[in-house]
Amino acid sequence: MKLHEYQAKEIFADAGIPIPDSQLAESVEEVLDAVDEIGYPAAIKAQVHVGGRGKAGGIKIATDREEAEQYAAEILGMDLKGYTVDRVLVESGVDFVDELYVGVTMDRGEGQPVLMVSTEGGVDIEEVAAESPDAIAREHVDPAFGLHPYQARKVVYNAGVDDDVALDVASILTTLYDLYEDSDASEIEVNPVMITSDRDVVAADAVMNIDEDALFRQPELSELAEESYEDDLERKAGDYGFDYVRLSGNVGIIGNGAGLVMTTLDLVDHYGGSPANFLDIGGGAKAERVANALDMVFSDENVDAVVFNIFGGITRGDEVAKGINEALEQFDEIPKKVVVRLAGTNAAEGMEILNADLVEVEETLEDAVQRAVANAQEVAQ
Amino acid sequence: MSVFVDDDTRVIVQGITGGEGKFHAEQMIEYGTNVVGGAVPGKGGQEVAGVPVYDTVDEAVDAEDADASVIFVPPAFAADAIFEALDTDLDLAVAITEGVPTQDMAKVNKRLSEVDTRLLGPNCPGIITPGESKLGILPGNIFADGNVGLVSRSGTLTYQVVDNLTNRGIGQTTAVGIGGDPIIGTSFIDALSAFEDDDETDAVVMCGEIGGEDEEQAAKFIGEHMDTPVAGFIAGRTAPPGKRMGHAGAIVSGSGTGTAESKINALNAAGVPVGDTPEEVADHVEDFL
Repeated sequence: MKLHEYQAKEIFADAGIPIPDSQLAESVEEVLDAVDEIGYPAAIKAQVHVGGRGKAGGIKIATDREEAEQYAAEILGMDLKGYTVDRVLVESGVDFVDELYVGVTMDRGEGQPVLMVSTEGGVDIEEVAAESPDAIAREHVDPAFGLHPYQARKVVYNAGVDDDVALDVASILTTLYDLYEDSDASEIEVNPVMITSDRDVVAADAVMNIDEDALFRQPELSELAEESYEDDLERKAGDYGFDYVRLSGNVGIIGNGAGLVMTTLDLVDHYGGSPANFLDIGGGAKAERVANALDMVFSDENVDAVVFNIFGGITRGDEVAKGINEALEQFDEIPKKVVVRLAGTNAAEGMEILNADLVEVEETLEDAVQRAVANAQEVAQ
Repeated sequence: MSVFVDDDTRVIVQGITGGEGKFHAEQMIEYGTNVVGGAVPGKGGQEVAGVPVYDTVDEAVDAEDADASVIFVPPAFAADAIFEALDTDLDLAVAITEGVPTQDMAKVNKRLSEVDTRLLGPNCPGIITPGESKLGILPGNIFADGNVGLVSRSGTLTYQVVDNLTNRGIGQTTAVGIGGDPIIGTSFIDALSAFEDDDETDAVVMCGEIGGEDEEQAAKFIGEHMDTPVAGFIAGRTAPPGKRMGHAGAIVSGSGTGTAESKINALNAAGVPVGDTPEEVADHVEDFL
């Protein structure tokens, strides 16, 4: 789960990391009120979950009130890589002489957290990593012991950070690691940490991603989850507790298990169709959950046909069949054709229960996908 | 022959008093697995699925001379359950639980490096040697005894591919589910290496998915160390970057690493044919045999 910059910065500020004066604004008037208080220059930064906001025109520096008004009007409501900007962060411009990158993430290959520091901050760090990996100093942390402060100092010195600010940067890094652990983050990045002409260090940006699997022990962060949904369907999926991703096609896909659902998407594409979504009902789904899944795909107006692909292990075919019947029997006319393929645990029992008047049944994955693709093409024509 | 488990494997079930634990303990027993006991704190002295329950894993392992454990414990307590399993002298621990926090698994991973126990998972369907032993939630009836090894990051995809194999009369030595999370115990390479050493495994199927670089490393291992032919399948070709596709591990980073394309290219470069569909994977396996 991605936090917005303003949310991450609040967390940083509470933990004692220096950040610029900033205020959240949702209208041009609110931006003007904020700049009146913060002064000039002021950065106006779109709060959407996309990288490269600056390049895409989502960050502007206003040097006077007129510019602030103009930029606020430009950015609020703009479409940034598919997301509409409805909030901006207004922030005092930092007079900087140097920019650093610092980050903490999980090195999944090593199975250990890793600290990263680079003096090539303020630019696309993934490009830096790809083109000159040596420009990023790294230090792995034993997750059982946690971070020793010397490790933060070591990586900062290894990155070549100027001596007079090195300890301040190391201190930010130590705090970031504490936050990483305490908040079950999967990633925390500051790009850039700015070094001012007075040799102060300031976190000018803030990226925080939280491990969704750990939200059960992060009640405060869970409340922010609501804001991370990108549209009504994702919100609905969140309420139902589904793993759901909306895509651009017209074949609705429901299945169990991430690998099989991804494979179903790939096969829809392979047979000339276009997947509308990824929806994993998860393991061991009961009838109600299955019905909710059908409700999800029916709510997506882009969906022309549905394929329901279940290979039961922990999930039982009879439960799935009950859910499909329950969901479909409530309609006088079923809104979209549903192709069902049931295999695995209790599949035979499921096939007996399944009301064959309501769905089309196919035995193999390949046949089910091809039939759904044909159904969707028929509707689209 | 088989890898990691056979009909001598003596199994305890952690979480056997829970709904899933009980159901699948019964399924395992029905399949013929030697389930010898269970471990659930506070439930010692009960009997579930016809086997005795103990309060601790240690007690269960001692009393029943177990050498493997299957873990059906909710995510919040799963890491603790794995630690408990690793604290005994088990050969194998299989963690079925989905949704274990990654930082918990980093700590488990550290402990794993200090013990001899093999961990499968978490977020895995388990392991099966057809006709001998099944540890986990795999539907036993789709498997058949034979000469093809299978290793997969995804449970349901394993079932799909096995179904395609079995329907053509191609049986399996052992199917190993390694789990779809970012940090797991047994890797592709561990399983591939075991299959390479197994005389009865004549071909191997490796099912991967987007996210991470494990498939790329496995491809390198296959190219350098394997004589047994391997066929591959990679799920997630159509997944958009930056989105988590169900598994915590199935996410393509914005920078182009961990994509289906990079994995398929790496496998092809190692001489591994990758099927566009599970049916094509079975075609490749048939060609090998």
